[in-house]
Amino acid sequence: MADKRDDTNAIGLTRADYRGKRSTLCPGCGHNTISAQILRACYELSIPPERIAKFSGIGCSSKSPTYFLSRSFGFNGLHGRMPSLTLGAAFADTSMKVIGVSGDGDTASIGLGQFKHLVRRNLPMVYIIENNGVYGLTKGQFSATAEKGLELKYQGKNPFLPIDIAKEALIGNASFVARSFAGDPKQVRELLKAAFSHNGTAVLDIISPCVSFNNREDTLHSYQWGRQHEAPLHDIAYVPTRRAIILEEFKEGETKEVTMHDGSVIVLKKLNQEYDPRDKWQAMKILEEAEQNKWLVTGLIYIDPNQPTIYDYLDLVEEPLNRIPSDELRPSPETLEAINQAML
Amino acid sequence: MEKENETDQDHAHHPDTVTNDFCITICTVNGSGSATANTTLMRALFHMGIPVSGKNIFPSNIKGLPTWFSIRVSEVGYLARVAHDDIIVQMNPTTFKEDINYDVPGGVIFYADHIDIPIEREDVVVYPMPVKDLIKEADVSRDLRDYMENMVYVGIVSNILGIGLDFIHDALKRQFRKKRSVAESNFAVVELAANWAGKNLEKKDRYQVAARDPLEGYIMADGNTAGALGAIYGGFQFCGWYPITPASSLAESLSQFAPELRKDPETGKKNFAIVQAEDELASIGMAVGAGWAGIRAMSSTSGPGISLMTEYMSLAYYAEIPLVLWDVQRVGPSTGLPTRTGQGDLNLTYFLGHGDTQQIVIIPSTVTECFEFGWKAFDLAEEFQTPVIILSDLDLGMNLWMSKAFEYPDQPIDRGKILWEEDLDKLEKEWGRYLDIDGDGIPYRTVMGNEHEKAAYFTRGTGHDEFGNYSEDPEVWQRMLDRIQMKFDTAREKLPAPVYRSLDDAKIGLIGMGSTDPAIIEAQDKLERLGIKTDYMRIRALPFSKQVQEFIQAHERNYVLELNRDGQLHEILLIDFPELAKCMTSLAYIDGLPMTADWIVETLSAKEQK
Repeated sequence: MADKRDDTNAIGLTRADYRGKRSTLCPGCGHNTISAQILRACYELSIPPERIAKFSGIGCSSKSPTYFLSRSFGFNGLHGRMPSLTLGAAFADTSMKVIGVSGDGDTASIGLGQFKHLVRRNLPMVYIIENNGVYGLTKGQFSATAEKGLELKYQGKNPFLPIDIAKEALIGNASFVARSFAGDPKQVRELLKAAFSHNGTAVLDIISPCVSFNNREDTLHSYQWGRQHEAPLHDIAYVPTRRAIILEEFKEGETKEVTMHDGSVIVLKKLNQEYDPRDKWQAMKILEEAEQNKWLVTGLIYIDPNQPTIYDYLDLVEEPLNRIPSDELRPSPETLEAINQAML
Repeated sequence: MEKENETDQDHAHHPDTVTNDFCITICTVNGSGSATANTTLMRALFHMGIPVSGKNIFPSNIKGLPTWFSIRVSEVGYLARVAHDDIIVQMNPTTFKEDINYDVPGGVIFYADHIDIPIEREDVVVYPMPVKDLIKEADVSRDLRDYMENMVYVGIVSNILGIGLDFIHDALKRQFRKKRSVAESNFAVVELAANWAGKNLEKKDRYQVAARDPLEGYIMADGNTAGALGAIYGGFQFCGWYPITPASSLAESLSQFAPELRKDPETGKKNFAIVQAEDELASIGMAVGAGWAGIRAMSSTSGPGISLMTEYMSLAYYAEIPLVLWDVQRVGPSTGLPTRTGQGDLNLTYFLGHGDTQQIVIIPSTVTECFEFGWKAFDLAEEFQTPVIILSDLDLGMNLWMSKAFEYPDQPIDRGKILWEEDLDKLEKEWGRYLDIDGDGIPYRTVMGNEHEKAAYFTRGTGHDEFGNYSEDPEVWQRMLDRIQMKFDTAREKLPAPVYRSLDDAKIGLIGMGSTDPAIIEAQDKLERLGIKTDYMRIRALPFSKQVQEFIQAHERNYVLELNRDGQLHEILLIDFPELAKCMTSLAYIDGLPMTADWIVETLSAKEQK
C-alpha cells in the first residue's frame, strides 16, 4: 500500500482527487488523522468521489467533511441532527456511498435519540463519531463521554458516569459496531473500508484526542493513554473480493473471516484472546469489561452483515428517486376522477 | 317507505315549518362508535341534495369523555358552525342536563330513554328513544351492541325529520364499502328504529328535510385527506412525519393512497418513501435532507411540532432548501387544546426561525384548496428554493366538509432551476450554488448524484458565499441575505392571490384567512340585512401581494377577522402597511371552536355603532 502521490487507483484517480480544503482544526487534532484515513480508504476502494455524499452535525468533528473529498456533495447540518438529514437525503439516490461525521458532543448528547433511531433503521451509511470527551469549539466543556473524575481547566471535576457510544449502538441493535483510535491510523483505515462495504449503518466510535482541551496523559481520550492502553481485539484486514489473495503474512496464525453483503471479506487475525464479532453477548461483555478496567478496546466489536436495512422494507424503484422524470410522479386524471367518485 | 310519505305530509302541516335549515347536535361518549352513525346521517343529507356541514367537537381522549357532533343543514349553503342547537340527540348521561340547555326554544330533544334524568324544559319537543329495547329486539351480537345503539338514533331521527331510508342505506353502503354484511346489519337496526318511530311517535316539532336536486360537482372529504392527495398529485417523494393531533391523518392518508397511486406500473415498486420519525426534530431533518438531495419532500405537524422544527426551518431558509410543511393548527400556547381549532400559528410560521427568517405561508380555506395547495406548494418550494408552509387547521383538516370535487392540476410539475450534467455542459455562464445569474434572486441548484465535475458543493447553515464557501465576510453576509429577501419579493405576486366577495358600494372591508371563510360569508349576508355592506378579501398567502394593500386602501374601515387572541394577521398587516393602521381594526378571539357568523355580526355591528 505504499502508493506515491502520482499513483492512480483502479478508476484512474490520484489521491489528490480525494482531497478537501485545508483543515482549520488545531495541528495534531485526531480528527485530521481520521480525515486523512477517510481519504485513503475511499482512494484505495476506488470509489468515485462523485458517488459519495458527506454529512455532519455541529462541532469540530462536523467541520471536518470540508477537509476531504471536495468533489463530493456535502451538507453540514444541525447539532445532533446529522442522522435525520442523512436519512432523508439518502433516499434520493440509494446507490450513493454515504458518510456521516459526528462527535461525542453531537452524538452522545442532543443527538443520542437520532443516533439510536438511525442504527435501529439500519440506513446503509458509515457513521463516524470522532470521540474526544470534550467540547472543543466552545472551548473545553465536558461531553457526555468524559470519564467520571476527569478534571478540565475551567470545569473542575466531572461527577458523572460516561455514555459509551459503542454500547449504545449495540443495545440499539446496530448491525456494525467498531471502536478505534486516531493514533492507530491503519486500523482506522481498514475498519473504514469494512464500513463502506457494510450494507447497513456502520458505527465507528473513534477515540480522537483533542490536543487543546483534553490530552493529558492520564485521561482516557488522550494520545498517550490510547497508545499505552489500546487493546486491539484482532488485527483487521479488508479484502475487496473473495478471490483476492489474502496477504500471506495475514494467513499466519488463527483468522476469522466475515463475508460482507457485497462479497468482500473482513479478515480478523486472532491476537491475545478468542473473539467472534458475530456474537452480541461477547460484544456486550467485552465493552463492559473494557469500561470497568479502563481498557481502550479497539477493532470490530460486532457485525451482522445480513440485518435488513430500511431500503429492504421501503421497496423503492431501482432508478434514483431524484432522477425520475416529473411526468412519472403525477398519477393520471382518471385516477383522480375515481377518487372524486369514491368521495360522494 | 309508505310510512315515510305520511310523515312528510305531517311536516307540511306544522304552522311554522322549518325546512332544510337547522342544526342537529348529537351528544355521545368518545369511543362509542358514533362517528359512523353521524357520518351516515350527514352523507344521507348530502345525497338528498341539501348542503350540509359537520363539526366533531371531541376531547383529547380515546374513550369515555363526552363528544359532540353537530350537523348543520342549510338550504342556502352556509357551512359555518352555529352556536345554538335546534335538535339535540342525547345519548350521554354525563352531559345530559347541561347539553339540553343549548336547545333553542321550540327545538327538539331526542333522548335514550334508559337515561333516567328528567327534562325540565317545556319549550321543546321531546322524543324518547327506547335504544336498549330496540337493540334487544334487533338481536345484535353482544360485542356490537354499544356500537349499534347509534344506529337507533339514525333511524328515529330519519323518520321524524323525513330523511329517506334509501339515502341512509346508500350512505351505509358507502361507509362500509368492502363490508357489505356490516352495512346491512347496521341498516337493519336503522330500519327497525325508523319503523318503531313511525308507529309510536307523533310528529310534533317543526323541522323537516326535503330532497333537492343532487349537488353536482361536490364531494364529501376532510382537509387532511385532501392535502395528502394534493401531495400525491404534486409528485411528493418523501414524507417524514411524527404523530400529532390534528395532523396525523394527513401523513396517514399519504400511506393509505400513495402505494396504489404512485407505484411503478411495471415493477410495482414505489417512487416515494414515507418515514415515521422519532420526533419532529427528525421529521423536519429528514425533509430538509430529502429536499436538498432533489426529491420532493414534505412533513406535516401541528403547533408543538412546528416549535421543534424551528431550527431546521431556519437552516432551510438560509441554505435555500425546498420542502413543504403542513401545519394543521390546534390551540396553543403549550399543549393547549389539542383537539380544538384555531389560527394561532400565523406569526410563528411566518417568522419561523432565528435571525432574519421569513417563510412563505399559504393558507387554504376549503378542502378543495387543501388539495390544490397540496400540489402547488411543491412547485412554489422548488421555484423559490425555500420551505413553503401550508397553514391549515383542525376544523378544516379533520372535519368532513361538503366541498367542490378535486380538480386535476392545470399545470405540469415545475422543478424550478435545477441543473443536471447536460445542463451544466450547456451552461455558458459561471455557475455557483448561490450565484444569482438571472437577477431575480433565485440561483440554480445541483443535487447529490450529479456527477458533473462542477456540480458538487458544500451546503452549510453557516455564512457562505455565492459558491457555498464558508465566509464570515460582513459584505458577503449582507449580500446573501439581501438576495434571499429579493426572492420573497419575487414570490409575492406568484403565490395564491387573494379572493374577493364584494357587495356594491361597500365602504367596509372584511379581511380573513383560512377556515373562517364560511362564517365570514354568512356574516356578510346577515350584515347586509342589517344595512351594513361589506367587501370581503380572503388572504391566501404571505408575504402579501400588492392586492392586499389596494383592498385596504379602497375601504374606509377594514376589520381583520381571525381565530386567535392577539390578532396576528392584523399585526402582520400593521408591520407591512403602517400607514394604513388607522383604517384597520382587529376582530379576533379564540375559544377553541370554529368561528360563527353571529359572533362576527354582533362584534362588528357593535363597533360600527360606536
